[in-house]
Amino acid sequence: MKTVYVDNNATTKVAPEVLEVMLPYFSEYYGNPSSMHFFGGQVQKKVDEARERVADFLGAEPSEVVFTSCGTESDNAAILGTLDSYTEKRHLISTRVEHPAIGNVATYLGRKGYRLSELSVDREGRLDLDDLRESLTDETALVTIMYANNETGVIFPIEEIGEIVKARGISFHSDAVQAAGKIPLNMKKSKLDMLSISGHKLHAPKGIGVLYIRKGTKFSPFLIGGHQEKGRRGGTENVPYIIGLGKACELAKRHLDEENTKVKALRDYLEAKILERIPNTLVNGDRVHRLPNTVSVSFEYVEGESILLLLSDLGICASSGSACTSGSLEPSHVLRAMGVPFTAAHGSIRFSLSIYSTKEEMDYIIEHLPPIIQRLRDISPFWKDYLKSQGKA
Amino acid sequence: MWDYTEKVKDHFLNPRNVGEIDNPDGAGEVGSLACGDALRLTFKLDEKKRIKDVKFKTFGCASAIASSSALTEIIKGKTVEEAAKVTNQDIANYLGGLPVEKMHCSVMGREALEAAIANYRGQKVTKEDFEVVCNCFGVTDREITHAIRENDLKTVEQVTYYTKAGGGCGQCHPKIEAIIEKVRKEMDKEAPPPKPEKKKLTNIQKIKLIEDTLGREIIPALKADGGDLDLIDIEGNKVYVALRGSCSFCPSAEITLKQYVETKLREFVSDDIVVEEVRP
Repeated sequence: MKTVYVDNNATTKVAPEVLEVMLPYFSEYYGNPSSMHFFGGQVQKKVDEARERVADFLGAEPSEVVFTSCGTESDNAAILGTLDSYTEKRHLISTRVEHPAIGNVATYLGRKGYRLSELSVDREGRLDLDDLRESLTDETALVTIMYANNETGVIFPIEEIGEIVKARGISFHSDAVQAAGKIPLNMKKSKLDMLSISGHKLHAPKGIGVLYIRKGTKFSPFLIGGHQEKGRRGGTENVPYIIGLGKACELAKRHLDEENTKVKALRDYLEAKILERIPNTLVNGDRVHRLPNTVSVSFEYVEGESILLLLSDLGICASSGSACTSGSLEPSHVLRAMGVPFTAAHGSIRFSLSIYSTKEEMDYIIEHLPPIIQRLRDISPFWKDYLKSQGKA
Repeated sequence: MWDYTEKVKDHFLNPRNVGEIDNPDGAGEVGSLACGDALRLTFKLDEKKRIKDVKFKTFGCASAIASSSALTEIIKGKTVEEAAKVTNQDIANYLGGLPVEKMHCSVMGREALEAAIANYRGQKVTKEDFEVVCNCFGVTDREITHAIRENDLKTVEQVTYYTKAGGGCGQCHPKIEAIIEKVRKEMDKEAPPPKPEKKKLTNIQKIKLIEDTLGREIIPALKADGGDLDLIDIEGNKVYVALRGSCSFCPSAEITLKQYVETKLREFVSDDIVVEEVRP
């Protein structure tokens, strides 16, 4: 059975070029970059090179790049490291649609006595910036708002938000795990103080992340230990993964145009054909301000897990915001925050493409998806009721 | 990915008896679009009052569809009286088991069957007759009680897995706890647990049995309330223990010791056990 992988917002394939540059650092070049001898020194040079590549990709200075173990660590470090630097400020602003790496940290801090403002989104998944303006106080230690949403791909106006936040002199962080590699990021022109990215979302392996920290930003280390990362993150450097991420960032920079032309065209083709061939289907989220690789669609009167398993049976790998796929009993917090009606929320499917996606794969999905939805609608008691209500049955 | 059995996969990919019977003898519907799953069950009887034909329509995940399909296969050919005895465990067993988080799918099957039989018998069962405990998923005290009894449930988490109650905002958790306590007391009265036979023990056997009983019967219950207990010493029939965690500052610690630990040790080890608390 062939595998059609359209779940790249969950994780991506490690690029062969990335794996290739990593391998020698598992075997031959195992030195510790901190060592005084030549054997460690030669590894240090490669780590520096990787840091330069990541900095180049983000439009940052190499000294502003801190390597971490994953996106979640970067997010945790950004929040806790900032609050620790402003102990007198006890207010945090975020949104209702953040990834759990932010959302659950915020909830945890709420339990610890911090005041939280979680900004709402509208039906299209957009923020109301007046809400943000009204939420800012002298007590606010940090504003953390995701760059782009993992489920819908909706992009937030980070620079416009930055203008508002920085006018008040407040620290500003963004979880850009889904945005990195898909839309341009340039920290030199940005208002952001901190930004999180994750290796495995841009064709590096799992287990490596970055926290960008603008020079001069107040920050206390989250992982306390050795002098590594200029004292901002203890722990011996994960050398092969850092080198892999450097390569992945170099490739991502090179592929950015392709993401916004070829990948976007494939996504638009898939979306258009699905809407054309399957009735009672709607797209979740703002279709204009959206990542080029993501589409979240809801099929009314059917349930997401059933769709996923039937797709999976044909080798198609996607994901869903339905309740049943997570082990939770309610649909995703993102769709609920957007107010997607229950008729559609349980039947949401996310397709997320990559530069490795092909037209043949899209055609394969377009061929097999309509009969799957029809089959589940034929089993669903609500479909016939709906048709009757429309005078169609 | 869920670890579904081959039988679940088969009934999901090839569901049996899909559809709706026109002019059925019995029809039942449970669940809703908002809840994320729903099942409509219809059946027709033959002249011997056996279920001749049964069909289902289900909105829901793979295990909901498989549970519905299994239910129809189980009750086909049964009399209404026989069908009324089918439990959600029967549905889960027929499928070779369900992931515990998905047991509510089997409960939905049983509830739809109950509703269809009530409909056949001309009885009206409406949610309004009972107290809705979980507002997020519209689960009544009756449904929770039934699931506790039928599946020997002991915790709120289990009740959520079996009925969905408490799986949303979580505000009803204290209510569910109260129902569990009440129902389990009733269950204990109905069937008192058989007392294990006590025989003359050597000192080593006795120490071992005390340790086992503490570990199996007593400490887990204390831990559930945030407490713990350490065995300090055993001297003849006296057992010295120290309470830890929330137990140690609990005003009811004395009572916990005397009534609970001692009763349990007397029940499982020896009738003359006396428990003494060692304070730090």
